[in-house]
Amino acid sequence: MLKAVEISNLTVQYPDVKALDDVSFEVNQGDFLGIIGPNGAGKSTLFDCMLGLNTKYKGEIRFFGQDIRKSKNFLKDIGYVPQKPIFEKNFPATVSDVVRMGLRKESDDNKINKILQQLWIHELQNRRIGELSGGQLQRVFIAKALVNNPKILILDEPVTGIDQPSIELFYSILRELNSKQKITIIWSSHDLDAVNQLANHVACLNRTLFFHGESEKFFSDDELVKQYSEASMQEHMHHH
Amino acid sequence: MFFEILTYSFMQRALIAGVAIAILCSVVGLFLVLRRYSLFGDAIAHSSFGGIALGLLAGIYPLWTAYGVSIVSALIITRIKDRFNISGDASIAVLLSSGIAVGLVIIGLSGGFTIDIFSFLFGSILLVSINDTILILGLTGVILIIILLLYRQILYSTFNEEQAKVSGIPVEKINYLIIFMAGLTVVTSIQLVGVLLISALFVIPNVSAIMYGKGFKQTAIISISFSVFSVITGILVSYVFDITPAGTIVLISIGLLAATLGIKSAGLLSKN
Repeated sequence: MLKAVEISNLTVQYPDVKALDDVSFEVNQGDFLGIIGPNGAGKSTLFDCMLGLNTKYKGEIRFFGQDIRKSKNFLKDIGYVPQKPIFEKNFPATVSDVVRMGLRKESDDNKINKILQQLWIHELQNRRIGELSGGQLQRVFIAKALVNNPKILILDEPVTGIDQPSIELFYSILRELNSKQKITIIWSSHDLDAVNQLANHVACLNRTLFFHGESEKFFSDDELVKQYSEASMQEHMHHH
Repeated sequence: MFFEILTYSFMQRALIAGVAIAILCSVVGLFLVLRRYSLFGDAIAHSSFGGIALGLLAGIYPLWTAYGVSIVSALIITRIKDRFNISGDASIAVLLSSGIAVGLVIIGLSGGFTIDIFSFLFGSILLVSINDTILILGLTGVILIIILLLYRQILYSTFNEEQAKVSGIPVEKINYLIIFMAGLTVVTSIQLVGVLLISALFVIPNVSAIMYGKGFKQTAIISISFSVFSVITGILVSYVFDITPAGTIVLISIGLLAATLGIKSAGLLSKN
């Protein structure tokens, strides 16, 4: 079967630090991959490379067999949800305006309505996006990412500003997208428990990849989990 | 008397050209305001001052040299800004002052042609010729068609450049296109309000319209309505009272902004 994503020997060197060091892994179609790692572990750099925003990398990234350096075509199969969507607070766009921006072809109101309903933001469709809560905003950006029927959804999970019910709703939406709609999900998260519940594969990133495999294997191995936690802590101390 | 004014052909030309410019400025200006480029129109206008002086010196129709100089310098300054990571407001200041400096030096060299310059500084909509009117209508049509065709790309890259890139939109090209269209729009609008008041047409109706809390298209329509209203009433009122049209137009649009602020602070604008 064609791999959804193949990353081989990905290395990104910034002037003062190696952000990613020889990272290789694959994602099968239909997988739900949780990427965990401390702040500064290179998750954002990895996503930037995968999305074509950072092209100064060594190694190779392939989506469905195609090297992303060679064509931008792969972008049509990807939906991306940023960690912190940055926009002007008073930008005159409603929820449906924003979701419509994601649509590549002609405006299709039915499609937009359907996706708004699926994500429980239908009633917000005429609200300005600057007025929404963090959780609502996250669902708007998921809707925008999904409106083109992507095969792969890449999500950078926001760390703060989202209330518990919204988080629960977010997780159930992810589960449904993966199990019912068979969308391959690549999700960076800080919540180990959630990754344990949702993802079937785990990648632990801390500049290098020090684990990649089935999540059962990761979470049943106390040594690995401990190692992850220690690396995470060290990084945490390092940052302070 | 009012209907008599409308029968004058210079007044008809002024109103037709004025309405076209009003629509154009508010649409292009909306994107500039949202990109935090509010003063960019001002900077292009000032650089066109250099172009106008050049045209007067060389004996070429000044608006042609103004188009050339302001579009080229706007694109160059954008390139320099991106390349050397200069902030937007600083690059605007550079563009703005260099245009005036070039203009002043050229005027000095030529021994001064203050009367011609005056009409470009403050506008001369009542003197607009039939050819100017056709040019204004043509450019307005072309720019509005480009914006309609590339509506999603322009809106999306204005909203968030990074995400637009991830969606496969050629953001850099779109940015240059907007600068190019802004250059054309500014020089075209010089005849209405002059170099010094251009940014008022770009910014004020949009700042007012954004406050109404509507979606993008409705905001654009509100802005166009304010802009067209200001220009029509401005031209007519200024003629009747024999005052400057440019100043009157801008004051009316400031009046609409003040009214909007009043309505908003009275809590009459619902959030929906």
